[in-house]
Amino acid sequence: MTTRQVTLSRRSLLKALGGGVIVFATTPDVIAKAWAQRGQNIPQVISAWVHVGADGQVTVFTGKAEVGQNARTSLTQGVAEELRVPVKDVRVTMADTDLVPYDMGTFGSRTTPTMLPQVRRAAASAREALIDLAADLWQIDRAKLVAVDGRIVGPKQTARYGELVKDKFLDKAIDESIALTAHKDWKVLGKPLHKVDGREFVTGRHKYASDIALPGMVHAKILRPPSYHAKLVTLDTKEVEALGGVRVVHDGDFVAVAAPTVREAEAALIKIRAEWTESSQPSNKELFALLKTSEPQTTLPAGQHRGRYTCEYIAHVPLEPRAAVANWSDGKLTVYTGSQRPFGVKSELVEALGLPESKVRVIVPDTGSGYGGKHTGEAAVEAARVSFKLGVPVKLVWSRTEEFTWAYFRPAGVVEVQSSVDDQGKLQSWIFDNYNSGGAGIGMPYDVNDPHTEFHEVESPLRQGSYRALAATFNNFARETHLDEVACALGMDTLQFRLHNLTNSRIQGVLTTAAQKFGWAPMEGGRGHGQGIACGIEKNSVVATAVEVFVNNGELTIIRVVTAFECGSIVNPEQLQNQVVGSLIMGLGGALWEEVLFADGKIKNAHLSRYRVPRFTDIPKIDCVLIDNANPSAGAGETPIIAIAPALGNAIFHATGKRLRDLPFKLS
Amino acid sequence: MGGAVELVVNGEKHQVKADPQTTLLEVLRDEIGLTGTKYGCGESQCGACTVLLGNEHVHACVTLVEEAVGKPVTTIEGLEQDGNLHPLQQAFLDEDAMQCAYCVPGMIMSAYALLRRIPHPTDEDILQHMHGNICRCGGYPRMVNAIKRAAGGKP
Ligand code: FES
Ligand code: FES
Repeated sequence: MTTRQVTLSRRSLLKALGGGVIVFATTPDVIAKAWAQRGQNIPQVISAWVHVGADGQVTVFTGKAEVGQNARTSLTQGVAEELRVPVKDVRVTMADTDLVPYDMGTFGSRTTPTMLPQVRRAAASAREALIDLAADLWQIDRAKLVAVDGRIVGPKQTARYGELVKDKFLDKAIDESIALTAHKDWKVLGKPLHKVDGREFVTGRHKYASDIALPGMVHAKILRPPSYHAKLVTLDTKEVEALGGVRVVHDGDFVAVAAPTVREAEAALIKIRAEWTESSQPSNKELFALLKTSEPQTTLPAGQHRGRYTCEYIAHVPLEPRAAVANWSDGKLTVYTGSQRPFGVKSELVEALGLPESKVRVIVPDTGSGYGGKHTGEAAVEAARVSFKLGVPVKLVWSRTEEFTWAYFRPAGVVEVQSSVDDQGKLQSWIFDNYNSGGAGIGMPYDVNDPHTEFHEVESPLRQGSYRALAATFNNFARETHLDEVACALGMDTLQFRLHNLTNSRIQGVLTTAAQKFGWAPMEGGRGHGQGIACGIEKNSVVATAVEVFVNNGELTIIRVVTAFECGSIVNPEQLQNQVVGSLIMGLGGALWEEVLFADGKIKNAHLSRYRVPRFTDIPKIDCVLIDNANPSAGAGETPIIAIAPALGNAIFHATGKRLRDLPFKLS
Repeated sequence: MGGAVELVVNGEKHQVKADPQTTLLEVLRDEIGLTGTKYGCGESQCGACTVLLGNEHVHACVTLVEEAVGKPVTTIEGLEQDGNLHPLQQAFLDEDAMQCAYCVPGMIMSAYALLRRIPHPTDEDILQHMHGNICRCGGYPRMVNAIKRAAGGKP
């Protein structure tokens, strides 16, 4: 298929696809309006399309990116379900800005609740169009026809989709009111399906952005300042320019070298002489004092429950660091890069290079993960600047140290909680102030009159941004730890105390499920042995996690973890389980070890040897219970991370009497 | 830059131009074009670059080309035989032991070295041996199951 702009008319798009039936899904009104307000129009209202070709091949086009959440697989299932075709006949074209409709980005657990139903509706509309075609062809009442296994079948006739659409150029709008296949009738959705192109990955054949090579390509390295906000004063590249094959690109503070091989580029970089002016900057020591810039506006009288909680900056550490291959050629820029926001990266490129939109194409191959850490296009812009200057394809792969230093972090934060309970153990007041970490998951899910929650935006000393579940992890940690403290002060079992103050049936559901599976019973803690539980709700999904620990001389053993999760109807139980357990394991890192150490504008632990992430031997026995129901599916890549840290902290308190209010935990 | 050296990778001879001091990772990926072996840290911490040198699994990011001369190198691309996946590759698929899958080639190569040494590893053997491989997506439990499945035991 040739490269086409999505701004082409639908008709010509269909022509480019060689005919067939195409159904356009439109962006839900609210989002379309938001974009219209920003002066963006027509193509933006189309969110995806589904095409059935004369070869029977079904193709979905979406601007979502695959970053390990296995959206490619779940979207395939949704289309196969509604179009009644085998999974193998469905292809999903994702995240190529020349081929797919505009999309804001792959974040906030939006693919499953928003994109999946749209794509399903488009597929269902296509199915109905195929039935119409057959009814027309056979001059028969459409009610007598059914779609099954890639064919339309009548009382006496049958035709493959490919035959029906041959030589047709049918452009259909989505039928927004079309009924989707009911949960109870699902045959493909709700069932396990392996990663659709998994074979490409286990053989090493899949090309991540960092694996792409183009003819004539050179490798770039960027001259980094010695500390944040440093300004370049003098630059001497004579020695480098004398080297054969190495070229320097210099534009303001941007200095890059390009060479035929990475090692030559690295060697050249060392030979650059640069002087910088640096400024003094804060460190971890001052961090929380810096963040807590004001006092909470509402205060409870003394004698009530109070707690102060903190979390350090943490890094995403996607195993594939930022990488891009940029090619400025024939007046057009094409950039391959790993990203959660292909169109966002495109805008960055348009701006950085002053090119018209039509001259920039961003292609995002399935990416080596993001966790909210790849919303921006730094490597793409850097590689593009070099390619733009040199006129040859340029590859730039950030080193791990660059990824640790020049990407952005999950915000650090301070939370202060004040609360009171009556003599029945019912929450009476709730005041919750979050400084810097963010407003996600700040809402109070427990029953309490007029809770006061506030997020205070303050200036962050380090560059910060999105992260899996955003601030919900820390807000939930503070809330669930605080409630444990209150329950302990009341001498109530912490599970009972929670259930006593909750009417949200979904949270109750996961809490009781986890407790049951765990075999929760009030138990005397201490002497190193303890149990803890925590729950939470975020992005329309709910989680509860229970943990049993043993602590000996500050050495922690997590004996077992039980987690229960519910996000509406389950799209793919195996992939869901992967997301839930994977999130939980990632959450262990944030609870126990992960923190970015910084001083004077430098990251002090910008290496995997100095920044500990969970490994094989760290993983406890994990039982994961997934609760299914017929409600619309919510995303699942984020929420399961939010309950493990407080559950673990509560268990450690139960075991040792030491209350942990700061992330990551310091046990000794 | 130094003279050419000969490497044998997945049974094929390659004359590489690289300086013998270049890392095996760079040569495999950029010169020979075998990009299944990944970069994740460059300091022997993550295992994304795991390959076999003879029977030993090594981190290609800290292995120099000269160390690989005269020893057969096996990469992830060398495991599939005549279109048939190696049991470990199949087991990773069957167990859905992958999310973004960036770590998977290194995981499979580490596990491959393990199963050559210990055909029926215990859980503890697996955990200890695989400790050097990071899966940031947290796919560890399924990877343990996949390795057990490939070893012929029940996952
Ligand atoms: S890249 Fe070699 S161990 Fe990480
Ligand atoms: S599957 Fe993403 S790092 Fe392992």
